[in-house]
Amino acid sequence: MLRPFKLHEPTSVDDAVSLLGQFGEEAKVYCGGTELLLAMKEGLLRYNHLVNIKTIPGLDEVGYDQASGMLSIGATVTHTALEHSPHIQSHFPMIAEAEGNVANVRVRNVGTIGGNLCFSEPHSDPGAFLLLFDTQVEIQGSGGQRTIPLAELTLGPFETCLEDDEILTRILVPQFPQGMTGAYLKFGYHARPTLGVGVSVRLEPKTSTGEQIEGAVVAEVRVAVGSAGPKAVRVAEAEQLLVGKTVAELLPRSNGGESSTMNEAGRIAGRASDAMDDIHGSGEYKEHMVGVFLKRAFAEAINTR
Amino acid sequence: MAINETQRPDIERIPVNLTVNGRTVTDNVPPELTLLDFLRDWLGLKGAKRSCDMQVCGACTVLVNGRAVSSCTFLAFEARNDEVTTIEGLAQDGELHPLQQSFIDNAAFQCGFCTPGMILAAKSLLDQNPHPNEEEIRAYMKGNICRCTGYKKIVEAIEGAALVQ
Repeated sequence: MLRPFKLHEPTSVDDAVSLLGQFGEEAKVYCGGTELLLAMKEGLLRYNHLVNIKTIPGLDEVGYDQASGMLSIGATVTHTALEHSPHIQSHFPMIAEAEGNVANVRVRNVGTIGGNLCFSEPHSDPGAFLLLFDTQVEIQGSGGQRTIPLAELTLGPFETCLEDDEILTRILVPQFPQGMTGAYLKFGYHARPTLGVGVSVRLEPKTSTGEQIEGAVVAEVRVAVGSAGPKAVRVAEAEQLLVGKTVAELLPRSNGGESSTMNEAGRIAGRASDAMDDIHGSGEYKEHMVGVFLKRAFAEAINTR
Repeated sequence: MAINETQRPDIERIPVNLTVNGRTVTDNVPPELTLLDFLRDWLGLKGAKRSCDMQVCGACTVLVNGRAVSSCTFLAFEARNDEVTTIEGLAQDGELHPLQQSFIDNAAFQCGFCTPGMILAAKSLLDQNPHPNEEEIRAYMKGNICRCTGYKKIVEAIEGAALVQ
């Protein structure tokens, strides 16, 4: 059962910020509620005031600036709206596909991207795949507005760097560099991923699907791992290992498809995931599977050229 | 209407004016009231079931403006201006909806506890995509759990309804 609370429905970010400042720890931002209400029903979280930010105009909009290639997503946009957004389908197909696989359709219809990132549930898919894009988040509070990298928002499970009176208002996603493609794969029981691995890669020379690519070199690569540990991370050390290698070297046709470089990158990514033991498997098992999925995501990123 | 007798004046109420299965419902609800409790306890519509209570199983699925939602974790006030459809609203003039008939024809349930949610989720799928293939049906329906039948007959029932529509 949900304990009674008072609902506030501001119509501007400034009003929402001042309500949060007024009630402090007794208040929380309410958006889709798909995670917050579960924790409140269980009595894990208790708030006397919820501030509904879905009543603030403009926060439910998705914008795309053709010139800069910047996608701007309002905090209250639902996963379903992201999956079906024409901007995202044409310019960020990887995000459209990954959003279509978040949880189940009922959660996607109600749950919002801002709520997902701010709740910082370690098994969040967007928290992982958005790291591939050097995503930034806009935050507004009584001290004014600030923009920080998504990687700095999450401190750990269910913990962000937001102050009590701060609201995440927009998510800014820059387009991949020309020629870069990506893939996000997850592994786990039903909708809740045990681990998620995202890889984006740019090859040189630039090739198109169907062409021979064995000789192409990895000019740029990004690796993000989520769900296995306390928070999603980019793995720079694995990226550095893969850069400059040829596709033939990383995905060999001989030697049973085994590449010592790719395997080493997988081990590094597995360790970086900081995988934890839980009902979905041991940390050791998950670390190993991060490596398996790194290789698969790399292959799929190349195949989606 | 037992809940109304225990109304406390100190609890804030939010006015709602929605339609449920085509009927207008005007009331004042406390913000913490879930749509599931509103439907079951205030309106007496017992089709939506509470099971996992955490949006995993799909037994409480209802449609809000045609979208499938978990009514167990959806606050009633959020539907204040919306059209809500429950399993009770599908049959028209005593005639079952094609999905309901197809679930019977294909023996797609045993105990029936998950069936209202299954049929409403399937309705939202067919409203968006009238002729889904098996893979699309399985992907869309994977958030609705049945413990009796396995899923083969449920998929066949949805395929059957798609043919009739």
